[in-house]
Amino acid sequence: MLSKQKLRIAAFSTAVIAFAAMSGSALAQKKYDTGATDAEIKIGNIMPYSGPASAYGVIGKTEEAYFKKINAEGGINGRKINFISYDDGYSPPKAVEQVRKLVESDEVLLVFNSLGTPSNSAIQKYLNAKKVPQLFVATGATKWNDPKNFPWTMGWQPSYQSEARIYAKYLIKEKPDAKIAIMFQNDDFGKDYLKGLKDGLGAKASMVIAEESYEPTEPTIDNHIVKLKATGADVFISITTPKFAAQAIKKLAEIEWKPLHILSNVSASVGSVIKPAGFENAEGILSAAYAKDGADSQWDNDPGMKKFFTFLEKYYPEANKLDGSVVYGYGVAQTMVKVLEMCGDNLTRENVMKQAASLKGFAPDTLLPGVTISTSPTDFAPIEQLQMMRFKGEKWELFGDIISGELSH
Amino acid sequence: MSAVEDVVTEAPAVEAVPKRAMTLGYGTSLVMLGLLIVAPMFVKNFIIFQLTMLLIYGLAVLALNILTGGSGQFSLGQSAFYAVGAYTSAILMEHVGMNYALTLPIAGIVCFGFGFLFGQPALRLSGVYLALATFALATAMPQLLKLGYFEHWTGGVQGLVVTKPDAPFGLPMSQDMWLYYFTLVVTIAIYIFSVNLLRSRSGRAFMAIRDNEIAASAMGIDVALYKTLAFGVSAGITGVAGGLGAITVQFVAPDGYTISLAINLFLGMVVGGVGWLPGSIVGSAFIIFVPNIAEGISKGLSGAVFGILLFLVIFLVPHGARQVAIVAQQLIGKLKKN
Amino acid sequence: MELFTNQVLAGIATGAIYACMALAVVMIYQAIDHLNFAQGEMAMFSTFVCWQLMQWGVPYWGAFLITLVFSFAGGIAIERLLFKPLAKAPILTNVAGFIALYAIINSVAGLIWDFTIKQFPTPFGSSPFLGSQLISTHQAGMIGVTLMLLVLLFVFFRFTRMGLAMRAAASLPESARLVGINTSWMIALGWGMAAAIGAIAGMLIAPVVFLEPNMMLGVLIYGFAAAVLGGLTSPLGAVVGGFLVGVFENLVGTYIPGVGNELKLPIALALIVTVLVVNPAGLFGRPIVKRV
Repeated sequence: MLSKQKLRIAAFSTAVIAFAAMSGSALAQKKYDTGATDAEIKIGNIMPYSGPASAYGVIGKTEEAYFKKINAEGGINGRKINFISYDDGYSPPKAVEQVRKLVESDEVLLVFNSLGTPSNSAIQKYLNAKKVPQLFVATGATKWNDPKNFPWTMGWQPSYQSEARIYAKYLIKEKPDAKIAIMFQNDDFGKDYLKGLKDGLGAKASMVIAEESYEPTEPTIDNHIVKLKATGADVFISITTPKFAAQAIKKLAEIEWKPLHILSNVSASVGSVIKPAGFENAEGILSAAYAKDGADSQWDNDPGMKKFFTFLEKYYPEANKLDGSVVYGYGVAQTMVKVLEMCGDNLTRENVMKQAASLKGFAPDTLLPGVTISTSPTDFAPIEQLQMMRFKGEKWELFGDIISGELSH
Repeated sequence: MSAVEDVVTEAPAVEAVPKRAMTLGYGTSLVMLGLLIVAPMFVKNFIIFQLTMLLIYGLAVLALNILTGGSGQFSLGQSAFYAVGAYTSAILMEHVGMNYALTLPIAGIVCFGFGFLFGQPALRLSGVYLALATFALATAMPQLLKLGYFEHWTGGVQGLVVTKPDAPFGLPMSQDMWLYYFTLVVTIAIYIFSVNLLRSRSGRAFMAIRDNEIAASAMGIDVALYKTLAFGVSAGITGVAGGLGAITVQFVAPDGYTISLAINLFLGMVVGGVGWLPGSIVGSAFIIFVPNIAEGISKGLSGAVFGILLFLVIFLVPHGARQVAIVAQQLIGKLKKN
Repeated sequence: MELFTNQVLAGIATGAIYACMALAVVMIYQAIDHLNFAQGEMAMFSTFVCWQLMQWGVPYWGAFLITLVFSFAGGIAIERLLFKPLAKAPILTNVAGFIALYAIINSVAGLIWDFTIKQFPTPFGSSPFLGSQLISTHQAGMIGVTLMLLVLLFVFFRFTRMGLAMRAAASLPESARLVGINTSWMIALGWGMAAAIGAIAGMLIAPVVFLEPNMMLGVLIYGFAAAVLGGLTSPLGAVVGGFLVGVFENLVGTYIPGVGNELKLPIALALIVTVLVVNPAGLFGRPIVKRV
């Protein structure tokens, strides 16, 4: 009898210790901020479901499906996720309206994966003043990693600049006499990337012999490519969104221009860029990746991707597996869930930020083998690693080491 | 070129609205005013923010109404003037350190000049051609704002963050509430100015041009002057609205002022009733709240739901809120008689 | 010099896209006397229908023909259902209707076919045309089809009773009714034809720009500009306008130092506005004289 009780106590205390270890400093005492209760956690989000960037609306839908899965499996520490996602039409004034609605009317605990540099810039100051976490924003601008001035804002994917530096490093090493022609989209994405490239080239920036910008409203970019070919460049860097990347790949083949073609990760999707542009036109293209590609057959037997495919089948059957945004939404939603699990019963906004800033070697199912998420109170850039890859046949072949694109200040 | 010239009796694009019918009676105006003053005291800050935006877009729609309903000129380029106003305020506040209230008249004057100049070539254009020219302006504006040469001032593609003003004299109200009342005062002042403008000599000249340009010129109206003036005034008011918008949203970026803003303002005018100034606020409510409603009904099809709601409105009341107001007026008249 | 020739040729190749769309714009203008903002979306939707048919195994030309018939019927249906009830409403209300239609089609296409880009086949192949790497056989074929459509339209409007009736119904509806033309059906017919021409434009443009719900957004702006530059009443003007816009835009981008590339669209548009100010009816349009 006595021994049984002792055993019970022992078991109980082990559980407590394990629990305490799991949830950090937050012991059994429950702590909540607005948006969290015993029963649910409210997460806010804005996405361009309508308007020119509506292609990215898929990310929001994938996240919704993922949280549905989490809820069906019992939620996070027993709490259900209530995911409230609004349309901002990619317009900053609308983004401010919707985020204020989320914070002041729906009273969410945090804003998660809001999309677009302009929209996030518009809401950053407000959310930081209100001390509401703006977690894992869906943009690769470098400015989200600024814990000193904006302690409530954190990015997720590798920054455009760090990716561009990897290409610069590669070129300096492999092709030191290159004549580089760059084509970039005339917006925050293109400009940030261009800066990264030039910073990376440093003293060798004179290798760039032509820069050509295009507007996203242009129907085709064929004429820009004709112009770049005329410069006699032997390296072509394409800082483009999917449609224009595909046009460029096709046009290059049509006019029989065969430079070393480097493609930004934004448009490296096999299903939504390379395949429509034609596999035969894409041979030898270089890019870098941090996530697996749902359309790439080499991952068919990967355990992480298998989980991903099962999830799609059950919770989001109408999704297009070829769309890179689906893989993205899954990975980032998984990171969110991880952070909330780490918070345990201390669901204050402060603790959410604290836990988000103490991720160590976390690897969502959809990231490349070896790429992990790590953050610290001074490092708000969750994913910083990429691996270079070359297109061959019908898929990407990874090569070289996993490189950290960390910006050395 | 064909020797035969088409002779067209062009039906005026905008139907004649008598000037009294362009405004509200005193009683109704006072009730509206009372509602606008009291409303923010009972709602959350977020709703106050929405109400402020309602007034701001209302101003911009009103400006378009003066141009189209008043002088019969059509514009799909109002977003360009709105953007110039917004950037003028933002740059003066952030780079020069000027008080927000002082930036508004400057934004208005800059846009007045800009609109007046744009009105010059527009003089030669009408109908679809004017629509295209203004459409071109709206398409070009975000690209101009991104231009590298102005980047130091405009912040280029990254935009500019604007500081939100506190209530002055230590008034015990939130920033949002203060900004609402501030916007309300500006809106009322501009509304009264517009009503008087349309009732003045200039207003009558606008309407004569709207109803029949050739006849107006035969009566001795300086058509060119009044048409460009209408453009200038409309742009000036839009500029003030833009400036207020920048202060309220606390951010300006090229993506905020695309052609879709111009189209929204246009829809606001149609829904409110072309040529009926009080309808501007109804139109503004439409463009702010209907997308939210559409989204609530279906996320994937929010665009389609919005389109269907818009169709419903124009089927039921092709003349916009003005038609509703007229019907209501008649009903009240009947009730009084009984 | 070589760069100049290259840019002119590349401009003609892009110009073919604008010309194609501009023809559809002129067609609807002839029928209803204003511009239809939803025209690009209608063309996009038709192109998706064709793509879907091919996914189901219908061969190219079969799918092409079915799409034409579908678009023609669809155009008429839209007019009868949505715009006939608005016939007496003010013009601006009609324009609001076009915008509503735009929103509906764009959103429905996005839901059915999502926003990833799709490859669209071309019947002409995409090898270099006559040894020139700047114009592919597809683009040459596109120019050919555009010119053929142009001739057909010209003959239709000039020499057939129906074409004449349609023009009459659009420009002087009351007089047309007096001479016994069923103006209401003429308008519906115009919608049908405009939708069919738009569908051809869409199917020719898609192989170059890739098929996705927003593909016509930029094309429509250029199509409007081209049609207006050429004169909205003239199919020939529309086609010439299309090529001019394409070439001009390229030359601005190449030769104006500093801002040329970033501002080529605004500069091209400014030039069109200048042309209109000098000649308000466009290059080939008939001058309009107003009666008091």
